[in-house]
Amino acid sequence: METLEPLKGRIEAAVPGIRVEIVPNGSPANPASLLLDSGHARAAAAFLRDDPALAFDYASNVTGVDWPERTVREKIKVKRMVGGAEKEVEELSERKTPACLEAVYHLYSMARKAGPLILRLRTENRADRVSLPSLTPVWRSCEFQEREIFDLFGIVFEGHPDLRRILMWPEFTDHPMRKDYIAPDDYEYEPTPHGATLERARRHYPGGTAP
Amino acid sequence: MMDEELRSELSRQGVVTTTLEELYNWGRKNSIWPLQFGLACCAIEMIATSMARFDIARFGAEVFRPSPRQADLMIVAGTVTKKMAPQIVRLYNQMPEPKYVIAMGACAISGGPFKEGYNVLKGIDRYIPVDVHIPGCPPRPEALLQALMTLQEKIDRQHLTGEGRARHLDADAPGEWPIPEFGKHDLEPPSNPALWQPPPMTRAE
Amino acid sequence: MRASTSPPGCIGTDGEHTLLEVSMGPHHPSTHGVFRMDVTLDGETVVKLKPVFGYLHRNHEKIAEKNSYLGSMPYTDRLDYICSLTNNWGYALAVEKLTGLSVPERAEYIRVILGELTRLINHSALAGFLLQDMGALGTPLMYAFREREKILDLFESLTGARMMCNYMRFGGCRCDLPPGWIEQTRSVVSRFPSFLDEFESLLTGNEILQARTEGVGALPGRLAVNAGVTGPMLRASGINYDIRKVDGYGAYGRFNFRVPLGERGDVFDRYMIRILEMRESLKILDQALRDIPGGPIMDPKAKLRNLRPKPGEAYGRIEGPKGELGFYLISDGGPNPYRYRVRPPSLINLTILEDMCLGQTIADAVVILGSVDIVLGEVDR
Repeated sequence: METLEPLKGRIEAAVPGIRVEIVPNGSPANPASLLLDSGHARAAAAFLRDDPALAFDYASNVTGVDWPERTVREKIKVKRMVGGAEKEVEELSERKTPACLEAVYHLYSMARKAGPLILRLRTENRADRVSLPSLTPVWRSCEFQEREIFDLFGIVFEGHPDLRRILMWPEFTDHPMRKDYIAPDDYEYEPTPHGATLERARRHYPGGTAP
Repeated sequence: MMDEELRSELSRQGVVTTTLEELYNWGRKNSIWPLQFGLACCAIEMIATSMARFDIARFGAEVFRPSPRQADLMIVAGTVTKKMAPQIVRLYNQMPEPKYVIAMGACAISGGPFKEGYNVLKGIDRYIPVDVHIPGCPPRPEALLQALMTLQEKIDRQHLTGEGRARHLDADAPGEWPIPEFGKHDLEPPSNPALWQPPPMTRAE
Repeated sequence: MRASTSPPGCIGTDGEHTLLEVSMGPHHPSTHGVFRMDVTLDGETVVKLKPVFGYLHRNHEKIAEKNSYLGSMPYTDRLDYICSLTNNWGYALAVEKLTGLSVPERAEYIRVILGELTRLINHSALAGFLLQDMGALGTPLMYAFREREKILDLFESLTGARMMCNYMRFGGCRCDLPPGWIEQTRSVVSRFPSFLDEFESLLTGNEILQARTEGVGALPGRLAVNAGVTGPMLRASGINYDIRKVDGYGAYGRFNFRVPLGERGDVFDRYMIRILEMRESLKILDQALRDIPGGPIMDPKAKLRNLRPKPGEAYGRIEGPKGELGFYLISDGGPNPYRYRVRPPSLINLTILEDMCLGQTIADAVVILGSVDIVLGEVDR
């Protein structure tokens, strides 16, 4: 895939009503990805798998990513009245990027020995609207990986045949890979603790001080 | 115990003398049967120790039993995770006395390189008593053999009667160790307070 | 989910039969680590099989978010702990894609040599473990480990460690080959074919092996592709997909080797594919040891300390001995990765375990699991 524009056009033609966006990739010589909207994702996935020219029959990797809300400060050019004349000045502006959880799919084609094609699906927020359509009915390889994302990030995949925790025990309630997860305070042996580690270690001794 | 000169004089005459304690411990230490219990990477080094090059069979320990009911030694080889910890304590409870534990590798001693993990138990000695610790990541097979020899020396020094007698001959020693439960965020309890306390810090600011 | 030592229960009545629910593991002699299968049996036939893991979940991905890029390299050794050098290679490849580093010729050849030696160790250990599951307690494993020890001696003289080698770096390798290493490797590699011949003469024609593995656990090719199966298991089902040929990473484009394919996808095919792959690895090793050039072993632009790749993402994958090992890295410009993901071949090959075992006996389920070749360090990370 040299550029994703033709592919984007084909997907939009095949699945009416879908919104596809190309997400650029900053690092050298690495492919951009397609951001699909959740409502039509499964139809687009089925098209990508079944179309004979594309034949993306192998979903290699399904990853969960946590994007908490971030404040981005950047300089933007705005037109302002300066001394009676309109000029373009640089102003520091702050904006908040929306918080979401994301599932990233890496697709390859074993039939045509091509790939990768990267799909992204994003949830609406990190708190209560965290469901995405499961692509397990399309590619069976997503089964355990989506379960793992459910376990560690908390994304609920609708249409998954068996969505339950896979790596942590069933009574566990947190989603540990999220950026705001705080691990339980276990005493970690450190031979020469100092700073924050020392404070955390001291809490395990009766009376709050080291013996 | 016995006068060494008298003993060597008698043995030159073809008379072997020993105490019941020495004989009992000699039999036990030379036929320790480990439990086949590899968790992670250290298990491969444990298997390599039982293979032809390093040969744990010379020490009488090549019979790795799959069932805990038939084993005397549990070599905890690999990282102990919180999900696995209750099963380990259950297996330890199922082993008949006298039983010993070797904590092989950094992960079994204190969590090792993974000690910052939320699912990693920082040391198996939080729940079961450990007799020998082997540092290393993974320890070489020779280190495991040295640990086995250290255990043999420890068994040799155990007494049958008296105050400091071996645990299996002491009616007051605990027979079963409590098994932790899976809680919502962590194991409950996070450690067994009768067995493990945070070690004293020798240097602090 | 109840623990492994709870008594098996009879669930329901299904006509005249009652089904027996057994939990195999996590402590089991044949499950290759702390792996558990909740098997529902009708007599001895498997009716339902659900794998349960997480007993070795060591939070590698979370720890990697706190470590620098180089700091995660020793942790990759411990993923698939039998093949530590190929794990290092996959991670180094992913970071090199992320940062745009290139690898000098000599380092590429060294990587290929170490990768193929690792493949030899892994496949011979697998044959040993598979035979142990079938009941040949220890003897094939002893033979396989004898060869493994020779190769581990080579690793130790080069990298300093038998198992956790931590040798590949971003942009090359950590240190150059010591004098005499190539000759030692050549002598080990030249004696390996006779070991393989001995192994095959003992095992491949053995009627017990053939009776227990032929027709057992057949996996059709289309299902394998859809389930994301990679590695020798996929090629045993007849699909020609070897990342060494498809992506052509490293110096593999220069070597002449074939990709063996199976026909039926049963356990016997998977076993034979691994034996044939070992022979192909020996061919690659001969060529690489003959042609290795001199020169530097690190990219001069490579910076190990304080590596801060530009914001972006990269997915680097290699043909590990077990399948496609991939590393997906998202960088936000800082010294630590924002997201570090390991694509574990063993976990994804297990997706299809239930389908392969349905209708077979429970003894076959053990053999099928052995042929999938899992390592729990990779499944659970």
